[in-house]
Amino acid sequence: MTTSAISVSGLVKTFGQTRALDGLDLSVATGEVHGFLGPNGSGKTTTIRVLLGLLRADAGEVSLLDGDPWADAVALHHRLAYVPGDVNLWPNLTGGEAIDLLGRLRGGIDPKRRQDLLDRFDLDPAKKARTYSKGNRQKVALVAALASDVELLILDEPTSGLDPLMEAAFQDCIDEWKDEGRTVLLSSHILAEVEALCDRVSIIRLGKTVETGTLADLRHLTRTSIAVETERPVTGLDGLPGVHDVRVEGRRARLDVDTPQLDGVLRRLTESGVRSLTSQPPTLEELFLRHYGDELAANSVGAEAGEPAGDQS
Amino acid sequence: MSTLTGTGTLIWFILRRDRVRLPVWIVAITLSMMGSVASFADTYPTAADRQKRADVLDTAMAQLFTGPGYGLDHYTYGAMTANELLPFTAIVVALMSIFLVVRHTRAEEEDGRAELIRAGAVGRHASTAATLAVVGGAQLLLAVLLTFGLPASLPDLSTSGSLAFAAGLAGVGLVFAGVAVFVGQLTVNARTAIGISSVVLAATYLVRALGDMTGTGLAWISPFGWATEMRAYVDVRWWPLLLSGVVTIALVAAAVQVSARRDVGGALIADRPGSPVGSRLLSSPLGLAFRLQRASLFWWSVSLFGLGLVYGGVADQAAELYEDVDTLDDYLTRIGAADPADQYLAITLSISALIAMGYAVQSASRSRGEEAARRVEPILAAAVSRWRWLASHLAMALGGSVILLFSYGLGLGITRAISTGDAGQVPRLVGASLAYSPALWVFVGIAAALVGLLPRAVGATWALLGLVAFVGFLGPLLQLPDWAYDLSPVDRIPDLPVADFTATPLIVLTAIAAGLVAVGLVGFRRRDIIEA
Repeated sequence: MTTSAISVSGLVKTFGQTRALDGLDLSVATGEVHGFLGPNGSGKTTTIRVLLGLLRADAGEVSLLDGDPWADAVALHHRLAYVPGDVNLWPNLTGGEAIDLLGRLRGGIDPKRRQDLLDRFDLDPAKKARTYSKGNRQKVALVAALASDVELLILDEPTSGLDPLMEAAFQDCIDEWKDEGRTVLLSSHILAEVEALCDRVSIIRLGKTVETGTLADLRHLTRTSIAVETERPVTGLDGLPGVHDVRVEGRRARLDVDTPQLDGVLRRLTESGVRSLTSQPPTLEELFLRHYGDELAANSVGAEAGEPAGDQS
Repeated sequence: MSTLTGTGTLIWFILRRDRVRLPVWIVAITLSMMGSVASFADTYPTAADRQKRADVLDTAMAQLFTGPGYGLDHYTYGAMTANELLPFTAIVVALMSIFLVVRHTRAEEEDGRAELIRAGAVGRHASTAATLAVVGGAQLLLAVLLTFGLPASLPDLSTSGSLAFAAGLAGVGLVFAGVAVFVGQLTVNARTAIGISSVVLAATYLVRALGDMTGTGLAWISPFGWATEMRAYVDVRWWPLLLSGVVTIALVAAAVQVSARRDVGGALIADRPGSPVGSRLLSSPLGLAFRLQRASLFWWSVSLFGLGLVYGGVADQAAELYEDVDTLDDYLTRIGAADPADQYLAITLSISALIAMGYAVQSASRSRGEEAARRVEPILAAAVSRWRWLASHLAMALGGSVILLFSYGLGLGITRAISTGDAGQVPRLVGASLAYSPALWVFVGIAAALVGLLPRAVGATWALLGLVAFVGFLGPLLQLPDWAYDLSPVDRIPDLPVADFTATPLIVLTAIAAGLVAVGLVGFRRRDIIEA
């Protein structure tokens, strides 16, 4: 077995005039939890649907568990479980029936694990699916996926309908999953979730990968916010490399620093006699905003056509 | 009235959503009616021709398929239009109301979109009111078009007679809009709502036909009877229209009463908790397809069995009056001279095969419905091949078709065996009914091929079924050319139990169906999974 669970390079998928995926790269190592980030319509779901063999790639190399997701779909699907972002169930089947059906079609379900997950997610399996809320439908798909004995989990915004308690239960489950050496591809909007769970992340925009690496790698690209109180007013900050948005009010100063330049800036500050200092590490939120900030608008224009598999009725 | 706030906006919204669908219904019905009456002048140029036609129809059996026969003794073009076109058109108009009403009421609620609407400044009854306004408006527009369109195609038709004809149709349309609105309150499932409404349609149509056949007043309890009893073009009377109006208002009022008392998304018949674990059935795609379609298959089978019992039960009566007639050119040349009861049974067999085709198309299209509702995704993301998933749904359609034909033949055979004292009628008529299987399979194949190649066009199968039904019901009247019959798979099947059995057409149709299914399966394996 190679060390790569998912390997995608130069993936292209077009829908009519729209280029939903435009040379996307993605590499997920075996045993890692990989965060898959991007704004709405950036191509996350399209990528996942290609990985599941639901869509055929127009160009590019795609390898999933050392197989071809289109040609070897059935064999590969024995080894993976999938939770869609928008879970649609059969209205007149109960949640329990849907869980058993999906589990069995994947090659079997562990009844003890099933019961354990039902308890943890506090789901009533005897209710008809049409009476479930969005969160409960998501729980059905999560229980079905997590109760299966598979190597790879593909999750497409799996917690968007869950409350904070259930979100915590979900994170516990993924941690256990990871401890067992299994692989997870987690597409998400919830950055705290990605920060808590993921070893590495890939950020995509307009169907292309714009950033990939560990969280630590990516933080290099971001700024640290500093609030400082000094004995004498600080001067000359503006001239330093990597310093942004300086606001000095008497002996208090606030500034953002490119993380690699932190050392030089701190030297300058201590020259003025530091009395107190707070610094905030960059969050993924900021990372995200910096990547998309001014280009969010452009992306959302293409978004509607970008995922025709979306929510038109 | 606050419960109607927002009705106007919703009317525009419905018109926007159905800007193609509504004109298609209205134009298709108007043009097929205008075309039909226009052909009368060529087909029946003289009064003698028409009278010959009237003699064919002056039988109890004929009244199963035509109206009560007003004006048969002086069979004008008008009498012909009212007697022979009205019943079939009334079925189409009723279906139009049922489909449109359920689409904009219960289906919206089931999909959760109604919630979004109702969260706005929209009254409780606004959706229902807007739907009825649009459907009622469509029916009235259709009536206006027919009132002026029919005389324009055939000048012998009077405008006042055409008005009565069109008003009768509109009455049926409105009653079934009311039926659909009311049934929509009973069940949370749009498909069930359409199913129950269709059963009401079939039952009331049958009651009308039996009433006219037996000469009892039974027709008066059916909306179809109120339309035919207006005696359009013959001796017009308007008051039966009142019955349609009163019943429509009563149904809508009852629906409003229920709706005011229930939750959005809820229904009179509440959901019970189900099983917390999946039965062994839910272990395979075929098991799932069966689970999803078994209720529909059950009700279709029961309905066709019942229809068989009724048709078989009245066979002697139908045949008795049939024997008196010696100018049966149309039916006889198609069927060949034989025992009148058998001739009658042969005709009901082809009609029931047309009805059962509705199931075949519905069941075969179900796979596309599952795909469009994004429920195929989790199945195909499990270890299930596309071939296996689609084949499971098609198996339900192919096998279900056989079960329906069996049910009809069994019902027909049982009552026929009782009235003749010959138990051999059961296998004989079951066999005759089953012979239609390949014709139904062809329609499964057409739907399957579209699922594989043009998934967004699967609905076109219904239009093809409509054409075949048109040929089946109105072909003899319009004296359609032979190629029209040749294109209809139903008419390719030998007319058992009258004609001799020949296997060739059955084999050919089965081969065509198999080819179409194969095209569908291969196409589905090659294409992207696409919703909406």
